[in-house]
Amino acid sequence: MSPPQATGARAALAIGGLLVFLLALPFAADLLDVPATTSLVTRMLIYAIAAASLNLVLGFGGMISFGHAAFYGIGGYAVGILFQHARLSEPLFGMMLGTEQFLIAMPVAIVLGGLAALVIGALALRTTGVQFIMITLAFAQMLYFLFVSLKYYGGDDGLVVRRRNVLFGLDMRDAKTFYFVVLALAAAYFAFIWRIAGSRFGMVLGAIRQNDRRVAAIGIGVYRYKLAAFVLAGMGAGLAGGLWANYARFVSPDMMHWTKSGELMVMVILGGAGTLFGPLFGAAGLITLETVLSAWTERWQFFLGPILILIILFFRGGLSGLVALFSGRNR
Amino acid sequence: MSLLVIEQILNGLQLGVTLFLLAAGLTLIFGIMGIINLAHGSLYMIGAYAGALAASATGSFLLAVPAGLLAAAASGVAVEFIVIRRLYERDHLDQVLATYGLVLFFNETVSILFGRQPLFVAIPALLSGSIEIVPGLAFSVYRLAIIAVGLSLAAGLYVLIQHTRLGMLIRAGATHRETVRALGVNIRLLYTLVFGLGALLAGFAGVMAGPLLSVQVGMGEQILIMTFVVVVVGGVGSIRGALFGAILVGVFDTMMRAFMPHIMRGLLANGSEADALSAGLASMGVYLLMAVVLLVRPQGLFPARG
Amino acid sequence: MKAPLLRIDGLVKRFGGLTATDCLSLDVAEGEVHALIGPNGAGKTTVINQLTGELHPDGGRILLDGTDIVGLPVHARVRMGLARTFQIVQLMGSYTALEHVALAVQANAGHSFRFIGDARADERLTGPAREILSRFGLATRADRPVAALSHGERKQLELAVALAMKPRLLLLDEPMAGLGAAESAQMVELLQSLKGQFALLLVEHDMDAVFSLADRISVLVGGRAIASGSVAEIQADPAVRIAYLGEGDA
Repeated sequence: MSPPQATGARAALAIGGLLVFLLALPFAADLLDVPATTSLVTRMLIYAIAAASLNLVLGFGGMISFGHAAFYGIGGYAVGILFQHARLSEPLFGMMLGTEQFLIAMPVAIVLGGLAALVIGALALRTTGVQFIMITLAFAQMLYFLFVSLKYYGGDDGLVVRRRNVLFGLDMRDAKTFYFVVLALAAAYFAFIWRIAGSRFGMVLGAIRQNDRRVAAIGIGVYRYKLAAFVLAGMGAGLAGGLWANYARFVSPDMMHWTKSGELMVMVILGGAGTLFGPLFGAAGLITLETVLSAWTERWQFFLGPILILIILFFRGGLSGLVALFSGRNR
Repeated sequence: MSLLVIEQILNGLQLGVTLFLLAAGLTLIFGIMGIINLAHGSLYMIGAYAGALAASATGSFLLAVPAGLLAAAASGVAVEFIVIRRLYERDHLDQVLATYGLVLFFNETVSILFGRQPLFVAIPALLSGSIEIVPGLAFSVYRLAIIAVGLSLAAGLYVLIQHTRLGMLIRAGATHRETVRALGVNIRLLYTLVFGLGALLAGFAGVMAGPLLSVQVGMGEQILIMTFVVVVVGGVGSIRGALFGAILVGVFDTMMRAFMPHIMRGLLANGSEADALSAGLASMGVYLLMAVVLLVRPQGLFPARG
Repeated sequence: MKAPLLRIDGLVKRFGGLTATDCLSLDVAEGEVHALIGPNGAGKTTVINQLTGELHPDGGRILLDGTDIVGLPVHARVRMGLARTFQIVQLMGSYTALEHVALAVQANAGHSFRFIGDARADERLTGPAREILSRFGLATRADRPVAALSHGERKQLELAVALAMKPRLLLLDEPMAGLGAAESAQMVELLQSLKGQFALLLVEHDMDAVFSLADRISVLVGGRAIASGSVAEIQADPAVRIAYLGEGDA
């Protein structure tokens, strides 16, 4: 799997088509009288950002992080906590005031996601393989317990964000407006990942995934590049978490629960790890599956589990793999 | 104060041997087959549920033990046969995701069958009550029994691995898969046996934990993640590491939960805030312990030799 | 006399009860080809891995240009000019030959914390990489993924990657292993042409190759250097003949 090269005319056409489709979607949803679709796709896009950020470490870098939801949750809580302090006009850490400004709260969410990833990554990346999986999972669970115990911010019950953040004069309550904000950020994030994948950094990351011994023998310090990727991924998850807090107007420790990390991994694998748009397809696929199954039964995980096992055992390339298979394209 | 410390150390020891039963199975399965099995916690849950149901149906805890063991071992062997077997040649990512699928499936199945309400199991009459182990300190007989049984299982496991033919194969199988195959040993059968043994230990831990905890969906993952901490602290792939890691983590976690509120109340004026914060810090305790171990000895305190 | 480029001084490595490297001392001068030979299990690769930093010695010093490098990680040693090739080729399956060499050029050019800009289209990387590949006769294979290369070509690519790092000392771990007669001859010719550009520590079983390339030979048996000298001296050494050449097929 070489990092994506969107140089071909076909790829450009496909990306353009996808963008047009996503731009037209809310209007089509109105016309077809299914306005709820806009909100559903907003959800998919937010998860797509989170999954794409995980894909950076998992797909491109080959690091099996099972704690990615921690950074997603931190991004969400950043927005939630800043909002709460702004509303109650209570100082945070005795000095900073909260904020309802999107342009302040979101960067804070991104930076905190990155900082958490820096600390956890610096420790976890001292190991590899099965230890790395266990450690990322354990640290994420630690943050989960921490937020459960923070009664001031709702503890177990979570924190309600009464209003979406303020961005210029936009009516963020309007589903369509918010959709376009999310779409713009998602497009920017995917463009960012695309640039990274082909950059010098991306070449190093891809090489580390395939043979870190060789990379060290070339004179490249593997640890710091893995850590950089881990931090960039944490920032992306922080972005997604902050958007989720705005979208759902609610954050809770469940955002960091280990099953959320599992869900993000499933999205990456379902879509095809290490591909540019895999996480988007994976997020759309899993949320569609979830929506369909849960409309039919409350016990949808009863079916999701075996479906997941079947996919792992029999369709390894994920959705992108299937697409490539049918279009006869070799990777 | 010192009596309280002794009591908490014993409580920690009890948690520690429970963790050891899980960590030993996880280590065996990982060491020999190279499989990371997230569903190991599910086997613990299955053991606990089977034990709880048998106890409430028959009124006898003595029957709960074989019921829990049987259910966990049978589920373990079935899981190995249907899913795990196909994962031996796969990478860790596939193993993690497939066994994650198993966790979802088991959790949902159990909650469909038995609901989301926790089950409670009475401590068996024979082991109820407490005895005075040192003057002034009465300690639960049941917890003492768990410690005793857990430690004897650890000893039994040591004998099994170091001094039996099966143990020889297990040790050899971990490092020289091809050699063992060349000896004409049925590797598939060996793997199934080892997986079943791991499931048995997990199931036993589940049955024993039943009367102390509420038996509910999600209990498996809670202990699984703590078991991961044990394995990382003790050193991946080493049974000895699993034992010492489990006891260290068990005692440390119990002490943090017991004494953190005292410490925080001393530091903070606001009592309820101190309690909330200490609860948070206590539940983070073992993870911080793990962080320290990673800083000092990334390979764990008692790594596998060679 | 000038200090040697590499000096190994009293190196010791034990694995449990086995002493794999037993108080080994040897040196490599600037531009010299020093061959390390010995029967299987003599501990040659263990020495290489201690030099590169993949294994940590239990005792002794490794001086590169006078600096003790024992505490340094693998990549830092490489940056000091200590490159290696692997006995079993270590490559990135999906990368092309060109991408391998370009990555080495990139590593040599400084840090890789550059997140934008298409590395594959960067002439500063691909230019030198193509030049090195064509020197190795691999120009036509440049854009093939390494999975599509023959074993001999991959061995050559390992060498090309090492060369792109502009080493001062190159550790070659059995460059002829698994090569056919024609490929071996080609490899010897290639190494012959590189002689003098940098120092070489050559671990090799192919005695013809060793005798035609080496300036000096050290014989390793049981982790200990039993003899060291010129090709002629080693060929004449009775202890070597008994311990090694006698039982070998040379």
